[in-house]
Amino acid sequence: MIPAGHFFIVASVLFVLGAAAFFVKKDLISQFMSVEVMLNAANLAFLALAPRGRMADAQAVVFFIITVAAAEAAVGLAIILVIFRRRKSVRTEDLNGLKG
Amino acid sequence: MAEILFYLLSAVSVGAVMGMLLSRNQAYGALYLVLAFAALGGLFGLIGAPFAAVIQILVYAGAIMVLFIFVLMTINVRTGLPPEKKKWTIGAAILLAALLLAEIGLAAQGLLRASPPASPAESVKAVDIGRLLFSRYLYPFEITSILIMAAIVGAVVLSKKKDAP
Repeated sequence: MIPAGHFFIVASVLFVLGAAAFFVKKDLISQFMSVEVMLNAANLAFLALAPRGRMADAQAVVFFIITVAAAEAAVGLAIILVIFRRRKSVRTEDLNGLKG
Repeated sequence: MAEILFYLLSAVSVGAVMGMLLSRNQAYGALYLVLAFAALGGLFGLIGAPFAAVIQILVYAGAIMVLFIFVLMTINVRTGLPPEKKKWTIGAAILLAALLLAEIGLAAQGLLRASPPASPAESVKAVDIGRLLFSRYLYPFEITSILIMAAIVGAVVLSKKKDAP
């Protein structure tokens, strides 16, 4: 079978790509999508490193993670909608209200 | 067979995330992510977690990304973003990403050298996970349902118009 290390390598590459996308992208929605990528990479690493015989527990925990991620996405997108309605933009360069 | 599938799925998921990273258009990025999450669901199945694979494809590639595309439909007024002015942020991002990857590799060195096989021999049925959810993970299950309730109410309250009655 495929060793767990290979899955872990894929997971870490995905996580790093998500982190890089978070810094490169300049609008809130793309940044939010890269956060989702990082979350998924963490899920993959979690499942890949689950101990033998505890796969049912690991899947239950991943189920919780995905559920919480769905709730987080709903609230985050609602916040982005509110920002867009007030500022008419979701680009991070335009959101400089805290700058002196 | 499993090895071929593993390399194919990981190449598709990494390539799709790379496409999201490089695409100017947010809608294309969202579609790339649907592809990436579907391939990740395949990887979950390859690890030996079919339940997590189905949930991943249904909830992530199905529900959450559709939500993203809905919001993009209401927000996106331009077809693409203008090119970035500050080029140095891209270089800094690449440098930091390489540094982070090296750090993860260093931290997981022992794991990568030992490399235990990922897939457990026994097959987990969905029935077992359902039993676990209602016995050992009953409190987290109930707390998650309350959290979802709060998230629904919060999303509705946040996104309604202020002058609505």
